[in-house]
Amino acid sequence: MAPAPLAPIASATAVSCQGVTYTYGERRALDAVSFEVTEGEIFGVLGPNGSGKTTLFRLLSTLVPVAAGFGTIRLAGHLYPEEGALARRRLGVVFQSPSLDKKLTVQENIDAHGHLYGLRGAELAARVDALLERFSLGSRRRDLVETLSGGLQRRVEVAKSLVPRPAVLILDEPSTGLDPSARRELWEYLRALRQTEKLTILMTTHFLDEAEWCDRLLILDEGKRVALDTPEALKRQVGGSVLTLQCENAETLRDSLRRELSIESDVRGNFLDLPIPNGDEAERDLLNHVLRRFRRQIVGLTLAPPSLENVFTRLTGRAFVTGGEAVPAKAKGHK
Amino acid sequence: MSDFILAVRTLTRREIVRFLRQRNRVIGALATPLVFWFLIGSGVGKSFSGGANGPAASTGPAASTVSYLHYFFPGTLLLIVLFTAIFSTISIIEDRREGFLQGVLVSPIPRAAFVLAKLLGGTFLALAQCLVIYLLALGFGLPFSVLAFLLFLGTVILLGLGLTALGYLIAWPLDSTQGFHAIMNLFLMPLWFLSGALFPPGGSAGWLQWLIRCNPLSYGLTLLRLALEPGMARTPAMLDPLVSGLVMVLFSAALTYLAILLTDRMTVRNP
Repeated sequence: MAPAPLAPIASATAVSCQGVTYTYGERRALDAVSFEVTEGEIFGVLGPNGSGKTTLFRLLSTLVPVAAGFGTIRLAGHLYPEEGALARRRLGVVFQSPSLDKKLTVQENIDAHGHLYGLRGAELAARVDALLERFSLGSRRRDLVETLSGGLQRRVEVAKSLVPRPAVLILDEPSTGLDPSARRELWEYLRALRQTEKLTILMTTHFLDEAEWCDRLLILDEGKRVALDTPEALKRQVGGSVLTLQCENAETLRDSLRRELSIESDVRGNFLDLPIPNGDEAERDLLNHVLRRFRRQIVGLTLAPPSLENVFTRLTGRAFVTGGEAVPAKAKGHK
Repeated sequence: MSDFILAVRTLTRREIVRFLRQRNRVIGALATPLVFWFLIGSGVGKSFSGGANGPAASTGPAASTVSYLHYFFPGTLLLIVLFTAIFSTISIIEDRREGFLQGVLVSPIPRAAFVLAKLLGGTFLALAQCLVIYLLALGFGLPFSVLAFLLFLGTVILLGLGLTALGYLIAWPLDSTQGFHAIMNLFLMPLWFLSGALFPPGGSAGWLQWLIRCNPLSYGLTLLRLALEPGMARTPAMLDPLVSGLVMVLFSAALTYLAILLTDRMTVRNP
C-alpha cells in the first residue's frame, strides 16, 4: 500500500463530517450536517424514515462520494473522496441488506473479503480463525451462508467486516430483522470489540432502545441535525418525568390542556405526552388537575422518565414514526 | 502476487464456484443450446431443403437436415457464449444494491478488478461449456486439427470477453432485472439472429445483409465456422477471416475498456 499523501490528523477524532449536504435532484437529503465521532465511541445516528440517515450512511461507507463544495468528510483521518483508497482501508462496513454471498461458505466469504483488502496466507488464516472463534462461528465455517439463521448471518457480516482490522466500523441499522435476543447478543459482541480492537463504532438506527445504548447520539430530522449529545443529556432536556395519556382524540385534549391549564403537550397518535418539571409536588398537582378536568377523555395513563421518543417529539414537534426503512428514491434497489 | 491480481483471482473464482453450486444453472447452460441446436436444426433444415442458396442444397431432405445441423453448430456455440454472458452479468443488478457487491464497492481495490473478474468469470464459463460441446462434436466425427482447435479457443475467449462486457454495460446502469430481460429480447437475441447463425447471409435481403455486416458477432461466427467446418465456410458471402479476427479483438478490447470506464465513472457520480 502506498504511503499516506497526508498524515492522519493528530486528534482523537475517528470520523468527522463538516457541513455535509447531499441532494437528490431538488430534495435535500442532508442539509449542512456537522459532527465528530471520538475514537473508541459507540456513536448512534437516530432518525425516522426519510431523516437522511440512510444517505449519511451511504456517504460515510464510501458508497457515494460527497460532491466538491458540499462539505468535508474525514474517515479515520483520511479525506473522502480525495483519499478514498486509504480511507477504505481503515473502514469496516456492515450493510443493512446482506453483503454475504449466500452460495459461498462462511469461511469462503470471509477469506474473499480479506483478499479484497490485500490480506493473504498465514496472516489471513490466523485472523479469520481468531474472528470465527470470537464470534462463536467456528463450527459453522464450512456451512453455506444460506443455511444460517438471520442472527448468525449478521454475525458473519460483522466478523467479515473486521478481517482487515478497521479503525472505524460503520453499521446501517444492524438490528433490522433480528429478534430481541439476537439484537442483545450482537450488542454484546460490539461492546466487547470496542474494548479489544480499539474500535470506533458508528451506527444508524431507528430503534429507540438501541439508541439508548449508544455513547452519543446524533438526531437527524428532514436532513438536519437537531441534536447531538449523550442519551442521558438529551433526556434531561425534556425534564423530570413524562405523563403519557392515552386518549381517543389526542389533539382535542392537547388544545383543552393548553387552553384551560396552560400546559404544553406532544401528540403521538392516540397518546399525549406531558413533560412534568422535577418535583413530587408538581407531579401530584398536574395529575390532580388533569384527572379532575379530563378524566372522561382519558383511557389510560402512565408516568415515566422521559424517553428518546419524547426527546424527538420535543425537538421536532412531530412524532417519531418508524416502519419499513425508507430509502431515497434514487437509491431504491430491486427487491 | 499483487493485491490487484489477488482480488481478480478471488472474485473470478467466486463467479465459477457460484455457477457450479447452482445445479439448475449448470443444467440450463448445457441443455438449452443443445435443445436449440437439435430442434431448430432439425426443423429448419427440412424447410431449407428447397432453397437454392441454402448451404444444404443437396440431394435429399435427410441429407439436408444433417447438413443444416452441421451449419447451425457454430451458431449454437455462439448462443452458449451469449447465454453465459447474460446470466453472469444479470446478477450485477441485484448484487450491487443489496448483495455481495456492496462490500466490494467499499473495499480499497480498484473497481477494475471487479469488472475484470466478472468478465473473466463469464468468459471462463462460456469456454468450459463450449469445450464440452466441442468434445461431444469430436465424438460425432468433427475433424480435429491443432490449428482449428486454437482458432476455436481464441475465438470463444474473445467472444466471451466481448459479450460479457456487453452484458455488463447493459446491466450496470439498470436497477431492475426486468429491464435487463426487455433489453435482452430487444437487442441481444437479434444480435444473434443477425449473425448468420440461423441462415447464411448470402440469400437475404440487401438491408439485412448490411445489418449482418455491421454486427460484430457475424465476424466471431465467421471465425468459429472457419475453425469447425473449414470446407463449408468458403461461400462467396463469407467475411474475410483476417478482418474478422481484427474486428473480434477490437470488439472485446473496446467493450472491456468501456465496462471499466463506466464502473469507475460511477464512483464520482453525485446526483
